Order: sequence, then structure tokens, then C-alpha cells
Amino acid sequence: MSGTPSSTTKTRISSFFLMVIFVTLALSLAALIFAVSVLDQNTEAAWILLLLGFLGVTLSTYVLFQTRRRLSKLRIVVPPVTTTIECKKCGFKNVREFQRGDYIFKEVEPCQKCNDKMLITAIYREVKEKEKERFPV
Amino acid sequence: MSLLNIIASIAALQNGIAQGPFGDTSVSWILNVLFYVIFVVFIFYGQRIQMYVMLREVEGSLYKLKYIREEGRKITVETIREIGKPQTDPAARVDRFLEYFTIGPQDLDPAGIVWKLEHILDVRDIRFKDEVKLMAPAADETQANNLENTLEAAMALNFIYKVIRHYYLLGKKTLSLYVIMQIQMILPLVMREAEAYASAVKAFAYGQPIGDGAGALVAAKLMHGQETRKIAKDCVVATVPFEGRTAYVIKTEGPGGNVGKPGDAVKAIIEENEGKIASVIMIDAALKLEGEELGEVAEGVGAAIGGPGVDQFKIEDELVKYHIPVNAVIIKEDIGDAVSPMRKEVFDSIDKVIERIKQVILERTKEGDKVIIVGVGNTIGIGQ
Repeated sequence: MSGTPSSTTKTRISSFFLMVIFVTLALSLAALIFAVSVLDQNTEAAWILLLLGFLGVTLSTYVLFQTRRRLSKLRIVVPPVTTTIECKKCGFKNVREFQRGDYIFKEVEPCQKCNDKMLITAIYREVKEKEKERFPV
Repeated sequence: MSLLNIIASIAALQNGIAQGPFGDTSVSWILNVLFYVIFVVFIFYGQRIQMYVMLREVEGSLYKLKYIREEGRKITVETIREIGKPQTDPAARVDRFLEYFTIGPQDLDPAGIVWKLEHILDVRDIRFKDEVKLMAPAADETQANNLENTLEAAMALNFIYKVIRHYYLLGKKTLSLYVIMQIQMILPLVMREAEAYASAVKAFAYGQPIGDGAGALVAAKLMHGQETRKIAKDCVVATVPFEGRTAYVIKTEGPGGNVGKPGDAVKAIIEENEGKIASVIMIDAALKLEGEELGEVAEGVGAAIGGPGVDQFKIEDELVKYHIPVNAVIIKEDIGDAVSPMRKEVFDSIDKVIERIKQVILERTKEGDKVIIVGVGNTIGIGQ
């Protein structure tokens, strides 16, 4: 990017935030291990520690995955655009990726079969449909 | 190991307070205390907690908006460098351009406001074209039009980011739930629009046809192979024999990104024919409602044209003058599809639209009549 440093977007997660997540995860794991080791001597305390440990592990893993998801969402997805070239004389069709300078009704390279001029007849993008909405329409 | 010692001491303490006043065991005692603490906290700080959750959500979206805006700017600068071959770095000029604004005319006395608005839009258009020429001296007319559209999309992204940032900071500063709430509520719609403009920047930079160009594509298909002439600013017309009638097919001159002045073009054709036009048929892309199919074709009456309203006013004015009926055929799409590269569903609907036009002409006009067919929309990536 050619912009000034101040205009650059920080997409990185702060190291302090990551540290907090990892410390919570470590503490929770320690609580779980300790709970297992004192299960015979002090059952009640062991259950509390197990509960806290599980809660801590679940929460920190969830937050960690959420942060990763947020980073992956920060991308502009551009679906591929295709150009269809057709020969009006012999009907030969060629579908290729869009190239800068293409436009509908532009005359392009001669036909491979009959050597007549070919024409761009279509430029579009195809999007894979997500699952249809369940609302009965 | 010291950590484990602390945990062990806590556990020992808990053993000591077993059989507390709230229940039979220490577990229920702790749970009871915890419940009351949470209850009290939520009574006094519930709204504040809700506000922080909302602020966090807006902040997350703001990061995404900033990223999208930076990407838009980056693509614009790179395209200008690639196509325009400028002598100096265009980044500073692009940054200045992104802050451009247009002040609408005063509407206290609405008489004549359309002409004032048209004048302001003309000045804006000339100014934008001049700026693009300075930024990209090597660009030809088509490329300059595409660059102008790219810059406008980048401008829109910049504006969206700034407005959301304004409300976010205002909410943080005033800690007013209602300031934060109103921005949080419209955020999903704003994000949808921003994502649409992000793909628009790329489409404009590459010169790809966009969904909004569906009307222009219909006109292009009808006039292809016929002789065209310039009729108004950035508009061409072709005289096409159509089902025993004479059709004047109007479209914006492509393949550069442009919407032209179809209002002036329709007016010129009507005046040329001294008002002897049997029908005007307008084709445009229109916003669909959720649940409607993309590329659905619908038919109605009225001047189907968007934008600031100047062209719609001119067309309606002329139609009333000569009592000419106006029919409209629309292709339904959402805002995202309208400004991003044309989808296959929209492209496939073009033939259906042509069939519908044929039907309208056969039903509403007689043989030998003259009709005007106007393909409205941005003609980027569409020749004629």
C-alpha cells in the first residue's frame, strides 16, 4: 500500500489480548489437572475446580476461535468473472476468464475454426447458491 | 507449583465454610452468593453492560469498514498508476478526491430546483472528469470513465466509514445508549452496502459489466449491428425495425462507466418526431425485496429511472406535453448485485426482457407506429 503509516489498518490482534487468553487457558488446564489429583481427598473442591476449569477452557478456546474467524472475515472475496466469446458464423464458443479491456460486443481474435471475427457475447459471474431459505414462499 | 498451592488453599477454605447459611453444602452456598451478586450487578449495571457489548460490536464492524476503505483506496491508486501512467504519485491527489463533497441546492422555494440540481451535477461531473485527466493523463475516454466510477465507489466507502466512526466515537464520548443503539441497529444494512461497494471498486477498476447495467445491456442487444448516432451527452440512439414498428433504441455510450443523460435523449427523439411517438418503454434494474428471485422480470407503468431525479423529471415533463404513454420493464436485484459484476441470473434475464418488450409493443401499439426503448443504467463493460 502506498498510504501513510497512519492510514494502515491494524488487522492484528493485540499481544496483550492473546496473552490474557493463553494465561486463562493455562490456569484452566491447571485447575482441571489439580481437580483430578484431589478428587479422592476432597470431592467438593475437586468438582468446583473441574467446573471452573471446564468453563475457563471453553471460554478461552471460544474467544481464540472467534478472533481467528474475525481475521479470516476481513477479506474481500471476488468471485471469478467469465467472458464468453462466440463466432457468429460457425457458432464456435470459447469461455475464458475475464481480462481487462473485455466488453460485451467487442470484436476479438479470429475464430479457430472458420477464421471469421469473434465477438464477446457475455460477461458475468456465477455464484454458487447457498441453501434456499426455508420460509415457504 | 506456587499456583497449584494457591488453588489448594482456596479449596481448603471452601472446606471450612461448608454448611453455610444458604444451603446444606458449600457448593450451594457459593452458587447462591454468586446468583445474588450477578442479580445486583445486572440491576445497577445492566444497561451499561449492554452498551459496552453494542460498542464492541460496532467497533468490530468499524475495523472491517476501515479495512474495506483502505482496500478500495489501494485498488484505486494501483489502477490509476497502471492505466494512467502519471508522472507523480497519485496517492495524495486520490486522498484529496476522496474528501470531495457536493452541496445540494436550497429547497426553501422548490420552483426551478431541478435545473439548479442539474447544474450542480454537471459542474460536479466536469470537475471529476478534469481531476481524472490530471491523475491519469494516459487514460483514454473509456478508461477515464471507468476510473471516475472507481473513484466514486472509493468515495462512498470513505464516507460510510467516516459516518459509522462518527457515531461510534460520539457514543463512546457521551456514553448514550440511544446514540450507540441507532448505529448498532442499522449496522447489518450498512455493512451489506459497504461490501457491495467494495466489489464495485474492483468491477469498475477492471471495467466489468455490473448488475445495474442490465437495462443498458437490453438496449445494446436490440441495437447491435445497427447504425448508431449521438443524441445527447454520452447517449446514442439506433433506429431499429421492430415487429413492423420503428423503435428508437437509446442507451448510454459504452463501454466506459457512464449513465449519461437519457432524459435529454428521450426529449430530443420526441421533439425530432414532433411528439408522434406511440409509446415509451423504459428498462432498468430495480431493487428486489427479500424473498424475490434475482433477475425476476416485472412490468408496469412510469418512468423507470433512478439517480437524483433530473432525468426522470425531464422524461415525465416531455411525456405529459405530448400525452405519450410510458411503460416500464424492470429486472430485480439487490443492492449488492446492482453494483458488483453482473450475475449470470441477471444476464440470463435479458432475453426474457426482450420478449416482454415485444409483447408490450404488440399489445399497446399498431403497425407503423414509432416507439422509444430506453435502456437505463451504468453501461460499464457494455458496447453497442
